[in-house]
Amino acid sequence: MIVELGHFALILALCLTLAQAFFGLAGAHYRRPHWIAVANRAVAGQFVFTLFSFACLAYAFNQNDFSVLYVAQNSNSALPAFYRFAAVWGAHEGSLLLWLLVLSMWTVAVAAFSNNMPQVMTSRVLGVLGLISVGFALFILMTSSPFERLWPAAVDGRDLNPVLQDPALAIHPPMLYTGYVGFSVPFAFAIAAMLEGKLDSSWARWVRPWTNVAWLFLTVGIALGSWWAYYELGWGGWWFWDSVENASFMPWLMGTALIHSLAVTEKRGLFKSWTLLLSIGAFSLSLLGTFLVRSGVIESVHAFASDPGRGLFILVFLSIAIGGALSLYAWRAPHFKSDAGFALISRESFILMNNVLLLAATGLILIGTLYPVFLDALHLGKISVGPPYFNVAFLIPMLPLVVMLAIGMHAAWKRASFGRLKHQIIAALGIAIVVGVLITTAIYGSHSVLTTLGISAALWVLFSALIEPVQRLRNGHSLPASIIGMSVAHFGLGLFIIGVTTVESYKHETDLSLRPGQSTQLAGYDFKMNSLRNVTGPNYDALEAEVVISRDGKQVTVLHPQKRNYRVQKSAMTEAGIDAGWDRDLFVAMGEPLGDGAWSLRLQYKPLVRFIWLGAIVMALGGLIGACDRRYRQRATATASDAASATVKPA
Amino acid sequence: MRKPPRRKSLLAQSLCGSLLALTLTLFMQFAHAIDTEAVFPDNPELRQRYDYLIHQLRCLQCRSETIADSNATLAADFRRQVRESLAAGKSNEEILKFMTDRYGDYVLYNPPFKPLTWLLWSAPVLLILIGGTCAGIVVVRRSHLPDNDSPDLNPDELDQGAS
Amino acid sequence: MLRYLIPIGLFAALVGFFFVSLHRDKETLPSALIGKTAPAFHLSSVQDPTKQVGTSDFAGHPYVLNIWGSWCIGCREEHAVLLQIAKRNEVPLFGLNWKDERDAAQQWLQQLGNPYTESAFDPEGRAGIDWGAYGAPETFLVDANGTILHKHVAPMTMEIWEREFLPRLRQAGAQRQ
Repeated sequence: MIVELGHFALILALCLTLAQAFFGLAGAHYRRPHWIAVANRAVAGQFVFTLFSFACLAYAFNQNDFSVLYVAQNSNSALPAFYRFAAVWGAHEGSLLLWLLVLSMWTVAVAAFSNNMPQVMTSRVLGVLGLISVGFALFILMTSSPFERLWPAAVDGRDLNPVLQDPALAIHPPMLYTGYVGFSVPFAFAIAAMLEGKLDSSWARWVRPWTNVAWLFLTVGIALGSWWAYYELGWGGWWFWDSVENASFMPWLMGTALIHSLAVTEKRGLFKSWTLLLSIGAFSLSLLGTFLVRSGVIESVHAFASDPGRGLFILVFLSIAIGGALSLYAWRAPHFKSDAGFALISRESFILMNNVLLLAATGLILIGTLYPVFLDALHLGKISVGPPYFNVAFLIPMLPLVVMLAIGMHAAWKRASFGRLKHQIIAALGIAIVVGVLITTAIYGSHSVLTTLGISAALWVLFSALIEPVQRLRNGHSLPASIIGMSVAHFGLGLFIIGVTTVESYKHETDLSLRPGQSTQLAGYDFKMNSLRNVTGPNYDALEAEVVISRDGKQVTVLHPQKRNYRVQKSAMTEAGIDAGWDRDLFVAMGEPLGDGAWSLRLQYKPLVRFIWLGAIVMALGGLIGACDRRYRQRATATASDAASATVKPA
Repeated sequence: MRKPPRRKSLLAQSLCGSLLALTLTLFMQFAHAIDTEAVFPDNPELRQRYDYLIHQLRCLQCRSETIADSNATLAADFRRQVRESLAAGKSNEEILKFMTDRYGDYVLYNPPFKPLTWLLWSAPVLLILIGGTCAGIVVVRRSHLPDNDSPDLNPDELDQGAS
Repeated sequence: MLRYLIPIGLFAALVGFFFVSLHRDKETLPSALIGKTAPAFHLSSVQDPTKQVGTSDFAGHPYVLNIWGSWCIGCREEHAVLLQIAKRNEVPLFGLNWKDERDAAQQWLQQLGNPYTESAFDPEGRAGIDWGAYGAPETFLVDANGTILHKHVAPMTMEIWEREFLPRLRQAGAQRQ
């Protein structure tokens, strides 16, 4: 009964989003305040019903209602309560409902925090968000309903995929979706601006905080996914260039380019068509990612069960949404020109180069991910493109970007002369090179040029990011949140790069066999396997090893890696034992039993691996701080441009 | 997730004794392992070539992993093939060709550099060149324009701050 | 002016590819051995460990090689079809028992019936690698000269037999005459 109520609520939500879309867009077009008011009501209503629908599904999981097909496929009575809730988004249908819920939350947020915007603009934005909601609600109701019944009901469920039975499942998808879906807001703003026929600095000022917040959630979501893969998959890898990972990384790259382009549009009224294109692009890549993962076009370990029928629906939706946006762009963008100029060396030109490199990176990831699809569609054979390609290709635009960043972040608008900053930037470079060489030779004992280059460049960015805030504080100048945010974000990037370069250059791994009582050495640490014992979990049985790690005779830690067998799905999984530290991780994973009580173990030494996720969190923090800048919360003052828009006929 | 094939022998089907015994029995029947240090312990050069080669071949059951990382049974078979070929004195190229002769280019984890993949491998540099040229044109054009402020800029935007 | 049409142009091309690609089979690898000589092997028979069987047994006439295992669910699915095909006696079925255990394999044939003229026992999968096998079931059509004409991955059905194997078999037979 509850499930049917949930289904019905979803249908009601669909009707309300239709109303929201129609009244929002038409109300803005015909300038009818009453219609705009209806749209606002519809926003509240669709949120309530979407939330209720989601709650009904969660309830079905909680109550172990195995007469619901989706619950039977993804849960089990022995599944701990916490995972029963997280299992709601453990597979295709439920995750789409989560998508829709997150979208409706963003819509409510936009409606709530738009006091500083003209109502007409807000109304259009809500209208566009309504159209996207309509698309997803239809997709769920027509092809992927989680409310389908199973008759006769299953006695018990098939259990949640063991890899997903982890706390990270509770946060990774919600964070990721908040980011992904959040890019629909700048997308909607772009459409609204094109429909209105007006794109100015105020528009940029309204869009920036939304973009920052979506971007920071995506950053956190991707970082969580990477961290989760690292400790859960047992092989110590933190990024695999898997199609699904790429599908989340591409919007992130484009979102970063968007943030920078918006800065130029806000400050100088320039790069308008670029900003529009990037706004459309970031969300398009989000939608594209959704398509790739669920349609069976790309193979991936993460992919949801593939279904060409569903794939077709998303493809059609994608074509309408993005095709529509790009057609609007082709029509309207030529009008958004400006005549302002800037010097060869200026903040604008640095940001332009920055965006070129970011887009090149996005492009090469897209090409790499789709190349097998492309060749296969043309019947030209089957190849595979994986980490060996991406690891090399990605560095090509990124290395110059990092170097230019250290300088470019100090460039002034219109014409950059750097002035006194020149000395500080060069000093920062000097220190960075010295410290970089020290780290590579003294601490890690190896002289790879590429590694030293990478670490020094990252350090340069790190130190360079500190120059401006320190300077401002010393001279008693103001230090607005946007400057702090920018510095923090760039600092975080430096940390991230240091982590990546160090761990990939200096990690040690080995596979070997150990018997209880035997020990071995790796990277100066002694690993001794003491014993093996049986452990029983709620829905699994495991063999647990006790491994003692010591260094120079002193015990460092005791780890308990497990090899688990999940009873229902009868699959085996390895839970690694990890000793985490700021300077290094020690990692032990069980492989297979080799007979005579011996087991194969994978041991790893990962220096500075935590900096990867620390850097990402710091970047996200920077985005958050930047979004809190006071000027985004100013009430709209009646400017000349607003008065003008009241008389000019919109598109 | 794709799972490697499991043998459903009668022994495995019956629940004999504790689940641990069952688990060990299942595994011991085929005893496939991530390789132990028994791989060329006396020959570091062969060990190095082995480590290199197993990262160049794709596991065809768990397709986004190399045979080095995958614990699928097919991956173990491929690793054995590489070990035996190395011990028999074959070169790296011969070993890889052995696999591509039988499985096609797909089995190579690193896409080969053939006319078919020139576009792929040149993509990074091409994209930067195209983007850089466009950006260059824009910058040169804009540098000749007066740097007055855009007419639609709000007066309160003209602060001295950078961001 | 035209440059504003580039984004939508690129997008349209992308959508086109996806459209075509939706219905392409992603799982199957095209065989690298089509048109090449079937790799020879010489192994013991599943039923009788003392007997040796191999590709040379079929020299001079076409045959179908079917890779199977008692652990393989798809093989169980296609077994009835294989029995039917064997009954039609158009071409001998040669089984390659892949990565299996002898007693389990023997029991399987006993319980479900034996469509094969002979089944070779390949517990370590070496012959399988030579034939480019990456899973079971896989079925190959080999002509009288020992050239591999066709490979089908996934369970055999009567429809596939009649649509993909029989025409090629007949063509090969006609060419011989």
